[in-house]
Amino acid sequence: MRGPDTTRVLAVMRKELLEYRRTRAIVVTMIIFPFFFLIEPIVSIFVASPSGSAASLDKFVTFPLLYMLLVPVVMPSTLAAYSVVGEREQGTLEPLLTTPLRTSELILGKAAAVMVPTMVLSYSLYVLFLLCVQLFAHPAISSAVFHEGPVLLALFLFAPLVAGWAIVVGLAVSVRANDVRVAQQLGALASFPIVAVVLLMAVGVIHATFGVAFAFALVILAIDLRALRIVSRMFNRERLVTGTKATRSRTRRVSP
Amino acid sequence: MSAPPTLSHGTTSESALVVSNLTKRFGDRTAFSEISFEVGYGEVFGFLGPNGAGKTTTVRTLGTLLAPTSGSATVAGIPLSADNGVEIRQRIAIMPESPGLYLRLTVTENLEFFAGLYGLHQPTARIKDALEAVNLADRASDLCGGLSKGLRQRVGLARTLLSDPAIMFLDEPTSGLDPVASLEVHNLIIGLRQKGVTIFLTTHRLDEAEKLCDRVAIMNQSLRTVGRPDELRERLFKKALVVRTLAPLSDPDKIFAHLAAVENWRSEEPGSYVLSVSDPNVAAPEVARSLVGAGADVLSIAEAQHSLEDVYLELINDDVEATKS
Repeated sequence: MRGPDTTRVLAVMRKELLEYRRTRAIVVTMIIFPFFFLIEPIVSIFVASPSGSAASLDKFVTFPLLYMLLVPVVMPSTLAAYSVVGEREQGTLEPLLTTPLRTSELILGKAAAVMVPTMVLSYSLYVLFLLCVQLFAHPAISSAVFHEGPVLLALFLFAPLVAGWAIVVGLAVSVRANDVRVAQQLGALASFPIVAVVLLMAVGVIHATFGVAFAFALVILAIDLRALRIVSRMFNRERLVTGTKATRSRTRRVSP
Repeated sequence: MSAPPTLSHGTTSESALVVSNLTKRFGDRTAFSEISFEVGYGEVFGFLGPNGAGKTTTVRTLGTLLAPTSGSATVAGIPLSADNGVEIRQRIAIMPESPGLYLRLTVTENLEFFAGLYGLHQPTARIKDALEAVNLADRASDLCGGLSKGLRQRVGLARTLLSDPAIMFLDEPTSGLDPVASLEVHNLIIGLRQKGVTIFLTTHRLDEAEKLCDRVAIMNQSLRTVGRPDELRERLFKKALVVRTLAPLSDPDKIFAHLAAVENWRSEEPGSYVLSVSDPNVAAPEVARSLVGAGADVLSIAEAQHSLEDVYLELINDDVEATKS
């Protein structure tokens, strides 16, 4: 079986990005929303007392850093959840499916279109936060933040992986849901496992070390890739076009 | 436009579409059952039927959007199967009843997107040609959301032209359009027919089918009939003369019953009579002589004209009667 055609994947991605750009609500939300996630870490860092021991300071700055890991989880879930059911609702899915586009190409294109702005904004936010810490925080606090190697690595390494998780969950909901609102509400559930992991790390149940960070990264990557394939298989053209489940056919299923 | 495809065994397919005993069911509900027909390359084939007859489902099945429950088909020379979905869709274009455009994108951006999905080389030239074909070149930069329904329908048609398809499936292309916009779509279809494009046209509009189609199929879950409109008329209706007189005849039976060329007659309204005949050219002079001989003031004697609508209603009413009984 042939793999996805890059031209078609890129065509889907470009179209999606163009639609985001033309939708004022998406642009405004994308710009404003991440800054809410900057408030808590900034406030925590700037009100922190630099008088504690180095170990206690390290522990203190861990939570604000991990908190920002929620940005790439929460931000893409709504967009991903809209992607397929939204096409269906605006009547553009059927024309799309009459083209040579394969299901895997559609899913990859949609996922990439959500991933790109999510990562640009997440990394921009992280860099902005670290700049603020470097320039304005007390030197002891600043030193503690930059001393958190595994957490900083986790922040940058995990961002695309947890975003990938949120996107595949959103897409999975989107290919099954019949209503945009339901899809977007269910898509928000994607953040729960990540929130749980962040909390476990913040309260010290999971200790952030380079080894743990890499192990988690590999697990999430494996889950993301597997989930992407599952989403492609969940994509049932017949159900999406007619709203009815595909019946068992005496001829072979036509759903490449 | 695309030439008939060469098959893997080196021969050229004779028909653009070959459908054999195709059936589609959704659970207990049958969308269409055991339909068989062929459509030649360059033919405009009308697919008629009432709402719920299975027309759109047939198009979706042949367009690989739905899997048939049973039966087989060959689309543009390629057997309809799971493995051939992409290849079939590369050779066909489907315009659904609703054009389904991205309203926040411009006309050109919509077409560029679809050109990308078809992997077209030099899409700019193709888009320009497609827009010129539907008289929309001057609206290329307009957002689709700002276009009227008729203009959106034309963008949908331009989209189907992009990939130079071997077969175009047009599902109710003039649905909801005003007469002028409908006429433009008709002219476009006529132009495509002249270029040899195979068009599979589903429509409710019988005048449209009669005007545009080489052959029509009338469908009501199963295929009721297939043929040229004039063939269907001949097949379903006996030949008849319509006689109109200035005043009602005092004893029409005396005038018509003894004529050898007239099989039977009935009066539709005062002064108007429909005579069943085997050959109108033989019957008409005989009827005229008889009427003049009886002193009737004859206004006209003409062969009865049956429209495709008459054929359609005859077949569909049969189905309604059969359902009632």
